[in-house]
Amino acid sequence: MGMGVAVRNRIAKRAAKEIHDGLIVNLGIGIPTLVADHVPPDIHVLFHAENGVLGTGPSPNQGEEDPALCNAGGLPITTVMGASYFDSAAAFGMIRRGYIDITILGALEVSETGDLANWIVPGKRVPGMGGAMELAQKAKKVIVLMNHVNKKGESKIVKTCSLPLTAKQSVDMIITEMAVMEVTKEGLILKEVMAPYTVEDVMAHTEATLKIGATVHSIE
Amino acid sequence: MRQVISKKNKVVTLEEAIEYITDGCTLMYGGFGGVGTPPTLIQGILDKGVKDLTLIGNDTGFPDIGIGRLVTLERARKVIASHIGSNPNAGRLMTEGRLEVEFSPQGTLAERVRAGGVGLGGIFVDVGIGTIAEEGKNNIIIDGKAYLAETALTAEVSIVYAKKADPLGNLVYDKTARNFNPLVAMAGAITIAEVEEIVPVGALDPECIATPGIYVDMVIPTKGVNWKWAWE
Repeated sequence: MGMGVAVRNRIAKRAAKEIHDGLIVNLGIGIPTLVADHVPPDIHVLFHAENGVLGTGPSPNQGEEDPALCNAGGLPITTVMGASYFDSAAAFGMIRRGYIDITILGALEVSETGDLANWIVPGKRVPGMGGAMELAQKAKKVIVLMNHVNKKGESKIVKTCSLPLTAKQSVDMIITEMAVMEVTKEGLILKEVMAPYTVEDVMAHTEATLKIGATVHSIE
Repeated sequence: MRQVISKKNKVVTLEEAIEYITDGCTLMYGGFGGVGTPPTLIQGILDKGVKDLTLIGNDTGFPDIGIGRLVTLERARKVIASHIGSNPNAGRLMTEGRLEVEFSPQGTLAERVRAGGVGLGGIFVDVGIGTIAEEGKNNIIIDGKAYLAETALTAEVSIVYAKKADPLGNLVYDKTARNFNPLVAMAGAITIAEVEEIVPVGALDPECIATPGIYVDMVIPTKGVNWKWAWE
């Protein structure tokens, strides 16, 4: 992602505020994985991993890894009390049926209507969609964590996605190193800016039509 | 037709099992990023020199992990998977036109394999509508809602990895090493299970058996994982 640990954690910390007691949450690879570390211990959440576990816990201590117990990113995990294992059909049955309250994923582009592109750059990088189509299309709330601009400095928040879509009109919230934005019926709304960035900075780096919210909080 | 060596004792040697995996065959495999992919069978396929495989499974592992070892050494001509990103060789071979890749969303892929394994022709699913994932698929309206018709998948040979088996082929899995394995086990015309431990008939709690032995034709003991995990 080309951003420092502090910035990644800042984005993850802000995303963690969206996670409330009792929710079922699926975290994608990259910055989303960090979100779990920022959820307060008194909030009871079940993390779902699409490789077949509900109730993932913190990373194990070095030397205590179990090769048969990993998350969808292939990293060793632990489980919490009340966890369960299941096969991939059941893992995605839960997703398609709408049991995932929040999914937090990375993205290549997000449009102002919430279209998500995050699985293919034709001719360049073709990793495949994995479980992203199901998660983006079926989770009750979709939060994207990403850089505000790409390596060329171009806005990743666009009027219309130029890359093939993962899911149409699926994203609810975008959190970048610069801002927090929500996709609403009234359009894309700027809700918060991350200091030291200003509203003007965010507007200048956003290609999409971005409406300034009634109150825009600044996150220190 | 299922070919069964013996219905009462399905335990065979690696060599006996590998006989059934031949050039050009369709091979379905369990595993997720190599977790739950049978290492000894993969090694046996490599050693035998089997080529031109059509592989069906969740992902292409890592370059030196799981099914990725077969992909890296160009033993496959086609892969049907949801993700190839963790094995850059797969992407490179695809770009060079040396490996055909068919992508299926992960949950859809799981259900296509399950459908094949339970005798269905396919499934109706709305995932991927409005994306390039719907290209070439029939649309169908059921009760006013749009779905894609996705075809079932079966294989000439399925290879799976389990924690325990008995001689009847009943299988118990281990945590997230289960993943696609129970689905893949059902979808092979011949299914070979590689397991950590073979126990006597009656030693497995019937409540815990995730794959009934009816789906399993051969059982081999594993020699253990012969690759290093990415996190090690």
